[in-house]
Amino acid sequence: MAQTIEAAPPGRTGGDPGAARPPRAARRLRLPAPYLLIAPALVILTGVLLWPIVQMVWYSLHGYSTRHLMPNAPAPEFKGLEHYQTLLSDPAFWRILANTVVVCVLMVGITLVLGTLVGILLHKLPKWFSTTVAIGMMLAWATPAISASLVFRWLFMPGRGLVNVTLDRMPDWLVGSGWRDFNWFLEPVPLFSVLIMVIVWQAFPFVAVSVLAGLKSIPHELYEAAKVDGANGWRSFWSVTFPMLRPLFALLLVLQIIWDLRVFTQLFILANSFQNKSVYLLSYYIYQQGFSANPPNYGTGSAIAVVMTLMILAVTAYYLRIMIRQGETR
Amino acid sequence: MTASVSPPRRRRRRPPMALARRAGLYLAGVAVLLFSVFPVYWMVATAFRSQGEIFSAEQTLFPRTLTLEHFDRVVNGRLLPGVDFWQFLANSLTVTLGAVLAGALFSLLAAVAVARFRFRLRTAFIVLLMIIQMVPMEAIIISIFINFRKLQDATGITMLGNLTGILIVYTAVSLPITIMMLRGFVAAVPKELEEAAAIDGATNAVVFWRILMPLVAPGLVAASIFAFITAWNEFVVALTFLGRSTDSFTLPLTLSYYFGRTGTEWGPIMAASTLLTIPVMIFFLFVQRRMVSGLTMGAVKG
Repeated sequence: MAQTIEAAPPGRTGGDPGAARPPRAARRLRLPAPYLLIAPALVILTGVLLWPIVQMVWYSLHGYSTRHLMPNAPAPEFKGLEHYQTLLSDPAFWRILANTVVVCVLMVGITLVLGTLVGILLHKLPKWFSTTVAIGMMLAWATPAISASLVFRWLFMPGRGLVNVTLDRMPDWLVGSGWRDFNWFLEPVPLFSVLIMVIVWQAFPFVAVSVLAGLKSIPHELYEAAKVDGANGWRSFWSVTFPMLRPLFALLLVLQIIWDLRVFTQLFILANSFQNKSVYLLSYYIYQQGFSANPPNYGTGSAIAVVMTLMILAVTAYYLRIMIRQGETR
Repeated sequence: MTASVSPPRRRRRRPPMALARRAGLYLAGVAVLLFSVFPVYWMVATAFRSQGEIFSAEQTLFPRTLTLEHFDRVVNGRLLPGVDFWQFLANSLTVTLGAVLAGALFSLLAAVAVARFRFRLRTAFIVLLMIIQMVPMEAIIISIFINFRKLQDATGITMLGNLTGILIVYTAVSLPITIMMLRGFVAAVPKELEEAAAIDGATNAVVFWRILMPLVAPGLVAASIFAFITAWNEFVVALTFLGRSTDSFTLPLTLSYYFGRTGTEWGPIMAASTLLTIPVMIFFLFVQRRMVSGLTMGAVKG
């Protein structure tokens, strides 16, 4: 597969459609073809995913709730930036925003560092052993988010969870006492710790396998040369591996940030309710405003969604720059 | 390549430090393996463990007795009042396969357009795909919900509370990635092959089915499996659209509701989680390498 992808760009440029342009009459005849071909995808993507972004901005400027969905409902009231002002002057929102950023940074940082280390490890291990480890990692990667969250909820369950029982059995001078009935899911710090663990557990294999694929593409001579120059492992990583894989690392960073900013399912299972506002993340807050608050507050929910989308768009802009530089849009 | 590198290494005698280093590497490998596998093992082990052991305060690493009672309760009993497991399985399969088939068709058409034609909006379309791929569902779910609700009121077609709405959203969600995956495959088919067939008098349909399809088929399988996994695992859209219509619940939603209602029935919860995970694991083994190259695309190059 790697070959197919690698072979694709030369094929694409070699078979440049512009070069083999048919004569004028034939071209006019074929002109609508590409548009007809992309039409179904374009219609469904625009209608289902793109237009709602515009609507989200509109809703965030209006007071909108379930009663506006009723037949003959009054037009939603224009509120200007009121939702944003309310949010920005609400300490609870700032705490949720800060929690989201901190949790996301930790998830992304740990995932990337662990994934890179494991990728390097796999590269150094003999083939049979690295294949075994890779298959094991595949299990973590493939587990559906809902199953993974439930297993971790069970592992950390007060009273009977394996982690609680094990910590309780360990000597008190090492880990302290009272672990058996410790509830991990009430306070932000323990809950987010378990959440980060679930996310990292599911995400590091992707990073590791990508880094491994990248390492295989680096010519061995570069490391030999670094060794001759007296570089140790740390040094040769920063002066050979990292510069060579810079585009890959940039891409992994962007993808991880985008995936981790939007974490919802895992938190939904671990927190198991909307009662404790101190453990909300942005995506959780949006959902709570839209579908759990009574009455639903679509306006405020959309305003939070706009904030989250802006954060993600900033990262996406960086992603697009990488993609355009690599010629992926050509 | 390995042949040119390894011989000079192998002739050297290993100093003791290198041995210790090797042992360290193996140990680290074992640690990574354990960390990856353990939660999955614990899920399966709990699913096969007797109720008595699960409720005991002394958890043991290995089950003392194996039982199928939890699977029996999941499959033959009732996870939610009035609906049995097979209904949830049928719901999940319906939306998943429906989204996969529709997605495969639409993305193949679009991929051919992008890979084979140069048209005015081509770059715009590709950039659009990349942006949409990044838009978080959690942000636009309110807008999508309101749209579907209004559409439902306007047309009388039920979109929420049954499988129609989520089928449409699932089809849309994986389109950007499947188009980008397929585009590489279509572009890799030599244009000369199609032209030669056309010169021999083959019609467009014949060229498509006899030349392009067999060569693009592996990509289509990979893209379909990717779409399958996405739809099979999806949670937040199902949660929002299906509300309390338990008849239409997909498996992930069923699991979450069952967990919310009972909270401590870990045997059946883990058994159901295992059943949910198995199809993904099987498909995953087929497409794992494609997922990597599909997502990182050109970033890994020699």
